[in-house]
Amino acid sequence: MAEMKDGCVKAARGPIAAAEPPRPVEAQQHQEVTQMQARVGREAPDFEANAFVAGQGFKPVRLSDYKGKWIVLCFYPGDFTFV
Amino acid sequence: MAAVAALYDEFKSLGAEVLAMSTDSRFVHKIWQEEELSKMTKGGVPFPMLSDAGGKIGTIYGVYDEEAGVDIRGRFIIDPDFVIRAMEVLTPEVGRSPQELIRQVKAFQHVAKTGEVTPSGWQPGGTTLKPGPDLAGKVWEVWKP
Repeated sequence: MAEMKDGCVKAARGPIAAAEPPRPVEAQQHQEVTQMQARVGREAPDFEANAFVAGQGFKPVRLSDYKGKWIVLCFYPGDFTFV
Repeated sequence: MAAVAALYDEFKSLGAEVLAMSTDSRFVHKIWQEEELSKMTKGGVPFPMLSDAGGKIGTIYGVYDEEAGVDIRGRFIIDPDFVIRAMEVLTPEVGRSPQELIRQVKAFQHVAKTGEVTPSGWQPGGTTLKPGPDLAGKVWEVWKP
């Protein structure tokens, strides 16, 4: 598969807030804070990020693309670190 | 990353998808893969390596260190219903155990399939518990550490 055209800077959507019905502003802000924090037993906050995929090159990856499967999401401090 | 990649077949056999994420750009991920990871483990890292520009995603997952400007080691198990089942967060100097991660995935899959619960240190094939009024105060009869 050919790598997609890709400039130096490419915005990904980052965290994606769950769609919700319109609410009063105050409640909405509160809702956003509580919804967008990862906690066990709660729905995973969705996001889109630019990615490198071996054999496929660069592409955006959205967490919810993997809904229906078991997902292991691993954060790490940086490429070329020692551990 | 290389340690998880080495066990990738086992994750695949469990039907689990692995996603790795740091604040590095996708370009750095590519070069790390080509220059180093592919020499640590055959074929390199077979799962997507995501770029968390600015730590926005790490922030909502509680792993972004604002002072260092990086995501610290944190891993999350998310079930097919998109619910977070487990999280483990470590400061950077200690690496994680992929074997423990696999054990937890297996345990959560067992629980999802059977409705049983797994006691401390459970391994596949080990004793499980069936929660209910009859078990209250009687765990000692069926399980000991």
